Amino acid sequence: MLALKLLLRTGFEYVEDCFDIIFGAKWNPFYQLGALGWFYYWIVVVSGLYLYIFFDTGVTQAYESLEYLTHEQWYAGGIMRSLHRYASDALVVMIVVHLLREFAMDRFRSARWFAWITGVPMLWLVFAAGISGYWMVWDQLAQYIAITTAELFDSLPFFGESIARNFLMDSKLSGRFFTLMVFIHIAVPLFMLFMMWIHILRHASPKVNPPKELAIGTFSMLLILSFVKPALSQAPADLKIIPATVNLDWFYLPVYPILNDVSGITVWITLILATIFLMFIPWMPPGKKTPVAEVHLDNCNGCSRCAADCPFSAISMEPRTDGSNYKLEAVVDADHCVSCGICVGACPTATPFRTKSNLSPGIELPEDKIAELREKTIAASEKLTGDDRVLVYGCGKSLNPAEITNEEVGVVTMPCIGMLPPSFIDFVLSKKLADGVFLTGCRDGDCSYRLGIKWTDARLASERDPHIRKRVNQDRIGKYWAGLTRSKQFFNELTAFRQRLKKLSLLETETAAESKQSSEKVDV
Amino acid sequence: MFKLRYILGQIIAFIPFAMGIGYFSDSPSYTYHDPEKALIMVSFSHASEHKDECRRFSQEELSAMAPNMRRPMDCSRERVPVYIELMMDGQNLLSQSYNPTGLAKDGAASIYESIPVEPGQHEISVKLRDSSRESGFDYEGNVSINLDAKELFVIDFRKDHNGFNFQ
Ligand code: SF4
Ligand code: SF4
Repeated sequence: MLALKLLLRTGFEYVEDCFDIIFGAKWNPFYQLGALGWFYYWIVVVSGLYLYIFFDTGVTQAYESLEYLTHEQWYAGGIMRSLHRYASDALVVMIVVHLLREFAMDRFRSARWFAWITGVPMLWLVFAAGISGYWMVWDQLAQYIAITTAELFDSLPFFGESIARNFLMDSKLSGRFFTLMVFIHIAVPLFMLFMMWIHILRHASPKVNPPKELAIGTFSMLLILSFVKPALSQAPADLKIIPATVNLDWFYLPVYPILNDVSGITVWITLILATIFLMFIPWMPPGKKTPVAEVHLDNCNGCSRCAADCPFSAISMEPRTDGSNYKLEAVVDADHCVSCGICVGACPTATPFRTKSNLSPGIELPEDKIAELREKTIAASEKLTGDDRVLVYGCGKSLNPAEITNEEVGVVTMPCIGMLPPSFIDFVLSKKLADGVFLTGCRDGDCSYRLGIKWTDARLASERDPHIRKRVNQDRIGKYWAGLTRSKQFFNELTAFRQRLKKLSLLETETAAESKQSSEKVDV
Repeated sequence: MFKLRYILGQIIAFIPFAMGIGYFSDSPSYTYHDPEKALIMVSFSHASEHKDECRRFSQEELSAMAPNMRRPMDCSRERVPVYIELMMDGQNLLSQSYNPTGLAKDGAASIYESIPVEPGQHEISVKLRDSSRESGFDYEGNVSINLDAKELFVIDFRKDHNGFNFQ
């Protein structure tokens, strides 16, 4: 399982690297799978609403009304129908890839079980919505789906009367089935929307909209596809004739051919076991829960920055309980906290300039204390020699520090780069522990803890508290978001950074010498 | 400049995605029934007779019962299996027993069989036993049919509608 996950993760990262070149990190669809899912969902809803206006729910009229939309009103109804179909297919692709990717990247552990577990039922819902949709067309595919689905339900021991029998003779076919299908086809997506909302409930600033350019790109793709290959019905259903050959939508109906060879009950058991297995993945070994962030009220001034930066909405600001003059205090919800440390990076009291004995910030991770980070920083820099000494701060989800460390480069890692308070960079440079500080972590746009890179970039650019101090020479800060796979580019960037540092040192020595000379002249 | 590169990139990447979606949304087609054959379906549910005959309670038995539980007849709930035999042109296509449904075996037996056959003229004979008799049948139906390829022929059974019903 671990090997499979690593293989999947490496595979994803290599493919995503290619997509970074093609789309750019900002538009890379792999970093927007959830948001794209939402986008496809809305296309399906809007196009579905249009189709519903013209759709006739009678047994015989359903097919005709869709034929009218497809052929007579091809420019609107036909396009809407095609968009409805293709966006639904794209939605299935997004959901499956999203699930595989979150699994590969290990993003389901600790408090993230919630998003995982609320995502799994979505698979059932999306298939139920899709299958009921194909049923409503009442063409030969619908006839096949109706009989096969009914047979699948008949294989369960709860139904006394066979449902499939209703689809063998026209005389037995009831309009009520159609009403039921329409109901399912509307109710299931509505319930799905509710589940999608629950799914992202614990995420601060959830990504529900893809970047505009990607949205335009993907919508244009669906639109062009709708013109080039309009979605069509198959021949009308006729219960006296076996369709024999059907054009399956393989995104929604891959299970159906299996039912020809395997009993319905076996399929049910397999599907249910697979769902239970998926549900339990967050608790599979090695599922050690790391201790969650702790608030030290003695040092918390109630500034709310930790709450604003926590990507998992795990911190709330509550009225003070320790009688201090501050109004609020940070409170961590242990069930939501994933121990990323991003809150520590946001806390103004997490600074290495404070004396070692008093280095307990308002909030910190019990297993990655700020005092330890300071010690590691000093220890890593002590070994460095030369005039291009670099201290790399990296996250535990990206490059292996052992590969990077040498005489000129020291490495300090933490759960997420968002845990690094900007004051540490100031500390390293002002105390001359290194000539430059280089930051790395997951790939740009794909922080394992969602917002670590975003907040780090914003803090360095002084766009978000805590800002980096003005006195810090930004030329001595480098960064490259490498992930697991981009070690070659990482080393290229690091080498280039060190060359810049060398030049900078040279320039500074020359400037210092010149100013010394001119001051000597003045003295003379 | 970069944007143009990424826009071109999007176009290049979306073409195979669109082709994939367009293709797999209705292809490859799937054949689940031999198009050269017709299909006979035997499909109905039928409540067979009870396993044991009803018997009248004796006076002693009745007086031993609580007044609100007294009833004249003692009938077992369990039903016998439904046995069906289907012959086509003298050839046996189906001979099978179907157990009654329900935990107490008191429900109707459900029969749902599909049998692909060659198209053409056929003599169909179907027999059903739903009582505890050892041999022979309680219902029989015969029909002469001419089936086309892919045609569905349904054999239904309804006790209250003279037994077998062919469609
Ligand atoms: S470590 Fe801090 S930022 Fe990360 S989830 Fe926990 S409370 Fe939120
Ligand atoms: S950022 Fe630090 S000081 Fe501010 S509320 Fe959070 S724990 Fe307290």
